[in-house]
Amino acid sequence: MGASQTRLEHNYDDLTEKSGFSHEQIKNLYQRFQQLSGNNEKISRDDLERIPALNNNPIRKQIITAFFDKRNQHQNDVGSLDEIGFEQFLMVMSHFRPVNSKATEEEKATVRKQKLRFLFNMHDTDNDGIITLDEYRTVVEELLSQSGAIETEVARAIADAAMLEVASTNVPHMAPDDFYEGITFEHFEQILKGIEMESRMHIRFLDKNAATMRCGKLSS
Amino acid sequence: RTLALKMAPLRRSSTLRLTGLLCLSFLVFFSRGFASHDVVSEKSSGTIQEDSHSQANSTAHKKTFPVLSFNYEHVRTPFEISLWILLALFMKLGFHIIPTVSHIVPESCLLIFVGLLVGGIIKATGEQPPVLDSNLFFLYLLPPIILDAGYFLPMRSFTENIGTILMFAVVGTLWNVFFIGGMMYAVCQIDAAELAHVDLLSCLLFGSIISAVDPVSVLAVFEEIHINELLHILVFGESLLNDAVTVVLYHLFKEFAHEQTITVTGAILGVISFFVVSLGGVMVGVIYGIVGAFTSRFTSYSRVIEPLFVFLYSYMAYLSAEIFHLSGIMSLIACGVIMRPYVEANISHKSYTTVKYFLKMWSSVSDTLIFIFLGVSTVAGPHTWNWIFVIFTVIFCLVSRVLGVIGLTAFINKFRIVKLTKKDQFIIAYGGLRGAIAFSLGFLLDNDEIKNLFLTAIITVIFFTVFVQGMTIRPLVELLAVKKKKESKESINEEIHTQFLDHLLTGIEDICGHYGHHHWKDKLNRFNKTYVKRWLIAGERSTEPQLISFYNKMELKQAMMMVESGSAAKLPTIVSTVSIRNVPTKGAPKPSRAISKSREEEIRRLLRANLQKTRQRLRSYSRYELLNDPLEDNISEARFRKQREMERRVMTEPLEIEPKCNKGVYQTVRGLSILHQNRFRTH
Repeated sequence: MGASQTRLEHNYDDLTEKSGFSHEQIKNLYQRFQQLSGNNEKISRDDLERIPALNNNPIRKQIITAFFDKRNQHQNDVGSLDEIGFEQFLMVMSHFRPVNSKATEEEKATVRKQKLRFLFNMHDTDNDGIITLDEYRTVVEELLSQSGAIETEVARAIADAAMLEVASTNVPHMAPDDFYEGITFEHFEQILKGIEMESRMHIRFLDKNAATMRCGKLSS
Repeated sequence: RTLALKMAPLRRSSTLRLTGLLCLSFLVFFSRGFASHDVVSEKSSGTIQEDSHSQANSTAHKKTFPVLSFNYEHVRTPFEISLWILLALFMKLGFHIIPTVSHIVPESCLLIFVGLLVGGIIKATGEQPPVLDSNLFFLYLLPPIILDAGYFLPMRSFTENIGTILMFAVVGTLWNVFFIGGMMYAVCQIDAAELAHVDLLSCLLFGSIISAVDPVSVLAVFEEIHINELLHILVFGESLLNDAVTVVLYHLFKEFAHEQTITVTGAILGVISFFVVSLGGVMVGVIYGIVGAFTSRFTSYSRVIEPLFVFLYSYMAYLSAEIFHLSGIMSLIACGVIMRPYVEANISHKSYTTVKYFLKMWSSVSDTLIFIFLGVSTVAGPHTWNWIFVIFTVIFCLVSRVLGVIGLTAFINKFRIVKLTKKDQFIIAYGGLRGAIAFSLGFLLDNDEIKNLFLTAIITVIFFTVFVQGMTIRPLVELLAVKKKKESKESINEEIHTQFLDHLLTGIEDICGHYGHHHWKDKLNRFNKTYVKRWLIAGERSTEPQLISFYNKMELKQAMMMVESGSAAKLPTIVSTVSIRNVPTKGAPKPSRAISKSREEEIRRLLRANLQKTRQRLRSYSRYELLNDPLEDNISEARFRKQREMERRVMTEPLEIEPKCNKGVYQTVRGLSILHQNRFRTH
C-alpha cells in the first residue's frame, strides 16, 4: 500500500492535469477505487456490478459498460477494456465534473460537447457514429425496465415518436423515399439544446478529505 | 386579420379616446355607486318607516299594492362586492386594450393609480372610502394568489435551489429586519425628526413589517418581464418562504412592544416558535394534501365536483394553519405541491382544465382588487407624514436589501455549482418588492399615532417599489441582457434524456460512494412509486411510469390540437415530410409489413369520423351532470389509450407484404400519425 501511495503522489500533478480534479478529490476517489477493487490495481466489471446500490438502477448495464468503453478515455481508441486502472477510472469520472463558472463561452461549449459525447457513446453501442432506431429503442426499454410489466410496444412507440421528432427537427423535409439513418452527433446536440448539459450533468465531488484512517504521510 | 390591422391605425385614435372615455365614465359611475349607498339606504329606511307609520294609522285606507318597489338594503353587500369586482375587471380589460401603456407601465402600477382615482372621487363626494380590511385581505384575497402560485410551482427548479431560497428567505429577512429596525431607531434619535417617542421595539416591529418581500407584487411584476426560471424561482420562492419569518417576528415584537421588555427566554421562545410555525405550517399542508389526494381517488363517481375538492382542501389547509398562528402561506404551498401529482393523475382532463382556469381567474381578480384597494386606502388615510422617517425608510430598505443580497450570495456561492453572477444578484436585489402584505400587517397594529406614521412609511415604500422598481425593471432587464425564459417546447427527447440523466447521475454517485442529491432524490422517487402512488392514485394509473404518462399527455395534447384545428387545412407547426417510413431499423431482416391502401383509407375514415363527432351539438342538458360531450366520450384518457391500442393492433396485423418494401419497416405508432403523414403525402 505504501509503495502504490507514493507512486500515486508523484502522479498527482499528472492526473490533475489530465482529469481536472483537485488533489483532494483525487485522493478521495482513489480511496473509493481501492474500496471497489479490493485493494487491487484494477477493477473489473464484476467489481462494479457488486455495488448494491446500483441494483435499482434501470440503466446500470449501460453505466458499467461506459466505464470500460475506450471511447471515453479522451483518446481516439475504440473498443472496450476488461479491466481499468485508476487513471482510466478518473478519466471517466472527469466527464461529470461541474464546469467552472468562470469559464468562457468557448470552454463551456467544449465541456458541453464532451458531456454530450459521453451520452452519445452510451447510446451508440455499435460505435458506427449514429444512434439507430434499434439502439434508441433499447435505451427506452431499459429506462422503462424497472417499472414492471411494460409492453414492449409502448416502449417502441415512445422510441419511434422520439426518433420522429429528431428527424423532423433536423431534417424537416424528406421525400417519402428518403431515409433517416439515425441520429448523428450533430443532431443529438441539436435535439438536446434545451437541456443545459454543462450545468445539469455533474455530481458533487468531495473536496474535503473524508479519510478516517490515514496511513503514511502524504506529501502536500 | 390583416384587414383589421390596416384599419387599426385609422381608428386607433378614436378607439383610444372612446375607451378612455368609457373607462372614465365607469370610474365615475362605480364610485358614485359606492358613495351613494349611504344616501340610498337612508332613503329606503325612510320609506320603510313611512310605510309602517302609514300602516299603523290607516286601518281604513287600503295600501295600494306596490307594483314596483325599491329595496336596496336587501342586496347591498353582494351588490357592492360585485361592483368592486366589475370595476377591477374593467380596469384589467382597459389596460390590455390600450397596448402602448402596458409596455411601459406594469399592470400593478396602473391599478394602484386607478385605486387612487376612485378613492379620490369617493372622498370628493364627501364619503369615507373603504380601507383594505386586513381580514378581507388575509382570508379572501391572498389565498387564491398563493394557491395559484403553489399549485403551479416548478418543482424541479424549486428543489434544486431550495438551499439558496431558504438562505435568502430566512437569513436575508432577519438581516433586513434588524438592519432597518436598528437604523430607524438611530434615525429616531435625531432631534430634528421629533420622533423620540418611537422606541427600539416599535422600530423593530416596523422593520419586521416592512422587510418581507411580497409574493403578490413579485408575481405581478415578474410575470411581465419573463426572466429566466432560476431568477424567477429564487425571488418568488423567497417571497413565499419568508412568510414564516415575518409571522414569527411580527408577533414576537408585538408581544415585546406590549410588554416593553425583551427577555432572553422570550428570544429563545421566538427561535423555537420560528421552527414550529414553519414546520407546523408545512405539516398541516402536507396532511391536507394527502387527504385531498386520497379523496381524488374516488371522485370518478362524480366528476363535476372534482375541482371543488382541490380548492376546498387547500383553503382549509390555509385556514387551519391560521387557527394556530402557523404560516398559512407555507401550508397552502405544501398542500398544493403534495396534492398535485396525485390529483392530476386521478381527475379528468376537464377537471384539470377547470382547476387551472379557476385558479388563474381567482388569483387574477384578487391581484387586481388588492392593488386597487391599496390605491383607495392610500387616499383614505389617516396619514402622519414625517419627511425624515419616510425618506430614511426608503433609503434603508434599498440599502439593506442590496447589502443582504451581496453578502448572502458571497456565502451561498461557495456551495452552489451554478454560481450567481453579479447580474443575477442585481435582479434579485432589485426584485425585492414590497406589497399589500406589509400594508395589512401594518393596519393590524394597535391604533395610535405611531401606527399612522408607520402606515404612511409603508405605503410610501410600497409605492416606491411598485412604481419605480416595477417600471424600471423591464428596461433594466433588457439593458443588462439578462437571460429570458426559454420557450419550452415539450419534447419527448428531452424528457427521455432528463430521466436518463437522473438515473445516470444517481448511478455515478453510487459508484463514487457518496450519497448526494441524486441518490436521495432517487430514493424518494422509489418510495413514492412503491408505496405512496398505490394509495393515492386510482386504478391502473398508479403503476404508470412517468415517461409513459408524459408521452400520453403529449399525445392527448396533439389530439386536442388536431381536433381544435378542425378541417384539414390547418397543419401543425413543424411541417415535416418525415414519417416513420423514413426511419429504417437495422438488424435481422424483419418481415416487412405494410398497410394496404384500402386499410389505410378505412382507418383514416374511422379517425376522421371520430374527430368530426366532436363538432356535433350537445344533446342533453342537466345542471348536475357533466354534459354529454362527445369529446370526452371519445377522447377521454382511458378510451383514448384503448383506441390507440386497437389501432396499433390493427396496424401491426400482418397484411399483404409488399415485396419491394424491404428497406423500411412500417411499424406505425399512432393512428393520428398516419393522418399526419397522409396529409403530407397527398399533396
